[in-house]
Amino acid sequence: MIARADFAAIARWVEPNAKVLDLGCGDGTLLKYLKEARNAHGYGIEIADANILACVEKNVNVIQMDLEAGLSGFEPQSFDFVILSQTLQAMRNIELVVKEILRVGRQGIVTIPNFGYWRRRIQIIGGRMPVSKDLPYQWYDTPNIHLCTFVDFEAFCRDQGVRILERHVMCDGDDVSLLPNLLGNLAVYRFEKA
Amino acid sequence: MHPQPNSVGIVTPQTAHFDTPIALKSGATLDSYDLVYETYGTLNADKSNAILVCHALSGHHHVAGFHFEQEKRPGWWDNMIGPGKPVDTERFFVIGLNNLGGCHGSTGPSSPDPKTGKPYGKTFPFVTVEDWVETQVRLADRLGIETFAAVMGGSLGGMQALSWTILHPQRVRHALVIASAPGLTAQNIAFNDVARQAILTDPDFHDGDFYAHGVVPRRGLRLARMLGHITYLSDDVMGEKFGRILKNDVFQFGYGVEFEVESYLRYQGDKFADSFDANTYLLMTKALDYFDPTHHHRVGLSAAMSPAQADFLVISFTSDWRFAPGRSREIVKALLDNDRRVSYAEITAAHGHDAFLMPDPHYHALVRAYMNNAAKGLGI
Repeated sequence: MIARADFAAIARWVEPNAKVLDLGCGDGTLLKYLKEARNAHGYGIEIADANILACVEKNVNVIQMDLEAGLSGFEPQSFDFVILSQTLQAMRNIELVVKEILRVGRQGIVTIPNFGYWRRRIQIIGGRMPVSKDLPYQWYDTPNIHLCTFVDFEAFCRDQGVRILERHVMCDGDDVSLLPNLLGNLAVYRFEKA
Repeated sequence: MHPQPNSVGIVTPQTAHFDTPIALKSGATLDSYDLVYETYGTLNADKSNAILVCHALSGHHHVAGFHFEQEKRPGWWDNMIGPGKPVDTERFFVIGLNNLGGCHGSTGPSSPDPKTGKPYGKTFPFVTVEDWVETQVRLADRLGIETFAAVMGGSLGGMQALSWTILHPQRVRHALVIASAPGLTAQNIAFNDVARQAILTDPDFHDGDFYAHGVVPRRGLRLARMLGHITYLSDDVMGEKFGRILKNDVFQFGYGVEFEVESYLRYQGDKFADSFDANTYLLMTKALDYFDPTHHHRVGLSAAMSPAQADFLVISFTSDWRFAPGRSREIVKALLDNDRRVSYAEITAAHGHDAFLMPDPHYHALVRAYMNNAAKGLGI
């Protein structure tokens, strides 16, 4: 059993025996899953003490550092995949992070929530900021300072010279193919330098 | 049984005598020497559960437990090592030793030179981290330990653990490198030199042969320790502990002890001067200064560490400015470049360099978790 809907999608893309870097790896669940499912190896990066301990308890390699400062200490193209699962929207300097992902990794995999999801649109029309199970915060306490729609993210990638290789759209864990920017609330992207 | 809970209890130091001459890095040779050590826990049948604990500048073999019932303080890392402690002696067999050149029982400058019957004094050869590793290898051989489950240490002890992984990659499965560095900075060497100058210029030093004169260079040792203590603590913790508190409420307008911080430092200095050998202090600080795995290779740290095969836990402390977190990150970077398994934690702690000896719950939980997995992986 895996915790998050995007983990299975990520695991499908990670090649067997790949070397991965998981940015904002939390308690190490994804890395442990990738090790078991794909024999992937690598490291997680985390800032929170409790998560560092959880990773060490899971026997997952973890490096305590602040992602916002970039990935100094990691050599160019030293990973097959650099993963950022549901963390991008909480980061301050998105351009730097995406640049660093593609400096250090051959490919990047990121998961982002869709602010254009129809239920959120309705909440906005109703005059309130969206609050939902997958984005449960109030406007004043949210860590998610850079929310966007899928269309926004894809435009950003074009501007940044990032080529999207694959996109997997989901809604509450189920695959979505029709009207993704309206019906999907989560997407996983795989990309490389254009 | 000692009343202290989770203690290894009463322990008795042992001495191993070595007759095979050892060629030291300085070019000198020592024909024979003793190493004093303690062990805790039980070595298992396949001898796979041994852990070597390496000591720092002023440390020794008495790592855990008590030498006698009424001993005031347990070994120097007793909060880390014992039954049910982060390094659990119910699972692991832990060895602490006093390094060559020490003054707690292993052969050092204050030991008698068999050739003269008098203390070595200034004739005792310089020792390096690499030399210590070689003597530790011989002790391991003596005890029948082919591979250590882990080699661990803080500060200068961490340098020995690091050196083990480079010099004997097949003989160490895990290295715990805590509050350490891949080499001292200029500032750090400078502190060491001021400490050495305090000893070397003490009129009671007598060029290292003070034993014959029946004196001890106390003033020098005391100053060296006072200086060291300042650098082992953080500004914050000193402020919190002592602030501007005066021993008496009014200024004395004199040079006696007035501020609490003066009282503390002088007490620490005196205690040290009464118990530590000046020549050993000089040797240990030089061993610190010389440590640099890149020196003879003229390559970067990543290349110098390429022989290492061990898994690593690297830990630093936020307020440690003598062995700052950035220095640990250099070690981590070299390990990442070599695709080694490594976890790195930066512990939020106020106690400066001394934090590695404190029982911080998060720090201890990390070591415990790491050692649990190490035990599982080794089938212990």
